Amino acid sequence: MVEYNRMELMICLASRYLEDGSTVVVGTGAPCAAAMLAQKTSAPNLMIMFEAGGVGPLLPSMPISVGDSRTFYKGLLASSMPEIMETCQRGMVDYTFLGGAQIDMYGNINSTLIGEYDRPKVRFPGSGGANDLASLCWRTMMITPQDKSRFTNNIDFITTPGYLTGKGSREAAGLPAGCGPYKIITDLAVMGFDEETKRMRVESLHPGVTREDVINNTGFELLWAEELGSSEPPTEQELTILRNEVDPLRYIIGRA
Amino acid sequence: MSSGKDYSVPGNKDVTYVKVGTRRLFTNPDADDAREFFKNKSRKMVNKVTTVKEAVSRLIQDGDYLGVGGFGSNRIPTAVLHEIVRQKKRNLGFAGHTSTHDMQILAAGKCFDRCDVAYVVGLEARGLSKVSRKYFENGEVEATEWTNAALTWRYKAAAMGLSFIPARNMMGTDTIRYSAAMVMPCPYTGKKFVALPALYPDVAAIHVHRCDMYGNAQIDGIAVADYDLARAAKKLIITTERIISNEEIRQKPDRNIIPYFLVDAVIEVPYGAYPSNMAYEYFSDEYHLQEWLKAEKDEETFKAFLEKNIFGVKDHWGYLEVNGGLERLSKLRAQENLTDKLLNNNNNGR
Repeated sequence: MVEYNRMELMICLASRYLEDGSTVVVGTGAPCAAAMLAQKTSAPNLMIMFEAGGVGPLLPSMPISVGDSRTFYKGLLASSMPEIMETCQRGMVDYTFLGGAQIDMYGNINSTLIGEYDRPKVRFPGSGGANDLASLCWRTMMITPQDKSRFTNNIDFITTPGYLTGKGSREAAGLPAGCGPYKIITDLAVMGFDEETKRMRVESLHPGVTREDVINNTGFELLWAEELGSSEPPTEQELTILRNEVDPLRYIIGRA
Repeated sequence: MSSGKDYSVPGNKDVTYVKVGTRRLFTNPDADDAREFFKNKSRKMVNKVTTVKEAVSRLIQDGDYLGVGGFGSNRIPTAVLHEIVRQKKRNLGFAGHTSTHDMQILAAGKCFDRCDVAYVVGLEARGLSKVSRKYFENGEVEATEWTNAALTWRYKAAAMGLSFIPARNMMGTDTIRYSAAMVMPCPYTGKKFVALPALYPDVAAIHVHRCDMYGNAQIDGIAVADYDLARAAKKLIITTERIISNEEIRQKPDRNIIPYFLVDAVIEVPYGAYPSNMAYEYFSDEYHLQEWLKAEKDEETFKAFLEKNIFGVKDHWGYLEVNGGLERLSKLRAQENLTDKLLNNNNNGR
């Protein structure tokens, strides 16, 4: 039996969704670890990009900032923010990863504030590039712990578009067609989105997790896949690469 | 209400553009007004070398709208930002574009009272700045929301000499509702686009790797939004790791991304991006950035911290000195060049 923590599990699961030969814009932390792991396992030709301008680096270590010099170390391009965002807008970026303080059943994300706009109870950083990437990349993923306060329909501010109010609403608002949230990978389950309603739908439960666990940690009603799967735990090979090559200083996987 | 005019206008359904954003537009997007300004901007290739103190005093006035180059904890013009705080500039407008430590410095000095927000109050994975958060939460800053792409394209629209640029982000969210943006149909396809208003800052500060005394400048590594920011800004302060000869500048014209006629002041500030990361030169001082975040937690401690690092020192040399001087900087250089492990230095500590 292979031992692993929940961060390692989420990173390994996320890495498997990145197709070989595709492009991904990542931030620092778990998404970057997932993309690096994918490159060393199932997707050797995955092209990693950073929103500040780095393209295709041979990452010598985990970046601290999405604009630090590691993000273009021995890279293909040391370009610019407009270059990356325009590549997304042109439809050439397949995946992106986002985080946030709140997410609702349509995958809309809040990273701006809690409370009222003019006198917020808590001010967070805001969109950064999140709104842009979720608007313009084909498939948006999220790696996040799951609990009732985070998974809620009482979202204080929609910073970043998921499926807004359901099927067709992204397109009606003016966003490019055919993109949106793809997978939400939490410490309990993997969720996708129902084709008809565009509501969050549980696809697989992690080892040892029950339906009740997921329901009790979600503030809205979830849909369930007809054939509910069980998440494939990390393999020994994945863990070895993740621990020895991707994050040897345990910056990310040590946080679990 | 913070300082400065509101340049937003009501939407007009008859001409089919719809006002979606409800917030104030802090800067004038009018391309003809910008042309009028640039018409009179000097094209003389003269020696522009000066001091940070003189440049900040001459080129940045209370109430001005400021754009900052780099990416928050990478290649920021630290010396200029500290001098703005030291000279107690007030009521600035600020483009919170990928801003992290740069905004943290200006928030410490309470220098701005209105902000176009794309990314503020955080330092990416390092955590949130308590002082910056309070600054926004107390209502001392009037904010208008945007995104990183929106602000970089607003600079681009200005760099192109336009009053707006269409884009496909932001729509359908609260981010656009709390912006000052309008939505309009594409005249060719009828599809909806957000019309992002051009952003012409009164003044910008950018730190570069090298330039000549006229301001012809080169940046190594990623340019972030600085190609467009340099062109969008009405006045431009360049700080540089080193001043090189015009002859050297002319040897590789393809490397020059900022021409002299955009530039109003040139100051040689070695290690001028410290404590941020300068590509191929030195890594960010993570120890000092953590020290700053910690000091913010207690008012008295933070006052003493600012006294030590900004008010109590004359200039950037003094700031570097109180943080370990050349010895510290050589370690950051080793970290940047990935030779630190060979040199057996500690990774982040001292």
